[in-house]
Amino acid sequence: MTETTEPDVTIDSRDATCPGPLMDLIGRVKTLEPGTVVELQTTERNSTTDVPEWLEEAGHDLLGIDERDDHWNIYVEVN
Amino acid sequence: MHRIAIVGAGTGGTVLANRLAEELQTEIEAGDVEVRLITADPEHVYKPMFLYVPFGKKTVEDAKRPVEELIDRRVTLSIGRVIDVDTDRKKLSFADSSVLAYDQLVLATGATLEPEAVPGLAEGGHHFYGPDGAERLRDELAEFTEGHLVLSVVGVPHMCPAAPVEFVLMVDDWLRERGLREDVDLTYTYPINRAHGLESIADWATDLFERRDIALETFFNVEEIDPDDEVIGTVEGNELEYDLLVAIPPHAGSDLVTDAGLGEDGWVDVDRNTLEATNAEDVYAVGDVADVPTSKAGSVAHYEAGVVADRLASRVRGQTPTATYDGKTVCFLEAGMSEATFIEFTYGEEPFVREPSKPLHWAKLGYNESYWLTARGLL
Repeated sequence: MTETTEPDVTIDSRDATCPGPLMDLIGRVKTLEPGTVVELQTTERNSTTDVPEWLEEAGHDLLGIDERDDHWNIYVEVN
Repeated sequence: MHRIAIVGAGTGGTVLANRLAEELQTEIEAGDVEVRLITADPEHVYKPMFLYVPFGKKTVEDAKRPVEELIDRRVTLSIGRVIDVDTDRKKLSFADSSVLAYDQLVLATGATLEPEAVPGLAEGGHHFYGPDGAERLRDELAEFTEGHLVLSVVGVPHMCPAAPVEFVLMVDDWLRERGLREDVDLTYTYPINRAHGLESIADWATDLFERRDIALETFFNVEEIDPDDEVIGTVEGNELEYDLLVAIPPHAGSDLVTDAGLGEDGWVDVDRNTLEATNAEDVYAVGDVADVPTSKAGSVAHYEAGVVADRLASRVRGQTPTATYDGKTVCFLEAGMSEATFIEFTYGEEPFVREPSKPLHWAKLGYNESYWLTARGLL
């Protein structure tokens, strides 16, 4: 995933503590069509491991993780 | 006259009103300040008491006292339902069409339960987060002698994050005391990859669950309940059968908040240290409705109320407010029917979980009684 990727949906979970970002993602993914690309913004380092683990469990695709100056963008494709 | 309006008379609103009455005693008696506490419900409810109702250890009535008995005589009490908050014109509108102007506003409207957000949950699940649910669960548990009891945390965030762990440890002990544990399977489910949001609580609970034969299901996000076949279906594509489902329902904030543009999902966006609303001037939030990165717990509402009381009193006196909230959270956790532990932490800290003991259990029961002093602003 590169910085030019345009997500269909952006979830801003910056400043939320664990498990906030993952729960924000789960809540939204339930409502989205297959093929939707989601950008999850998080300042919680644990999200970079918890989110991929959940995607594996739930059968969605991790497209990539970008580290920015003060947060991470996690890109997900809904299946 | 400087008018301070507080909406909601739960722990946060009631403690705040009483602290302000104390701090601004002179100004209130001189007629320079009014502290008005507004609530649709004339009864104050201490929700942590509901945890004990399913086991017959407390009644719903034990959790309630009239608000007017708890507040300082210098507080003006208004019983009425606020239906609109206009932060530009600094006015509150009520269901009876009356309007109230304020100079400083504090929202303390709490959290509400939304079981209907998950199909089948209201029909198929029990809970102990409200008076009616706790009483129904008590009646159901009294008759439950065998089968699979599932405690499922469906909604996060929810009030009192420790309570689901406490409930499952208490029901384990309670069933053992009654000689029924061998005929009952217990399962605890949680949405993320461990048993609790806080890692230290998750580690502590996981160890206890193993020792006490309580099954743990993680990454378990409930999508729907089939109340007829008694099956839980998850977002992850799994199914779990139950005979008695005790679920923590999804929670929501207040429509007042969303409609006033103060925050999404009914939680007020605030500065986590000053508790001042991000999207409006002279508006604060305390308790469950304030969107801060710690637990939705009574202790949080209590400590936040102390900070906001200090800040409001400084404002009234023309001083620069300096009191700040550091995320202080204190919880007693029951580890069964006769032992408890205790945790304390601030923003970003992992609590240390002490070995459970009888004295800490007694301390928790003792605090439940002395809570009424907290509500009065004395403890």
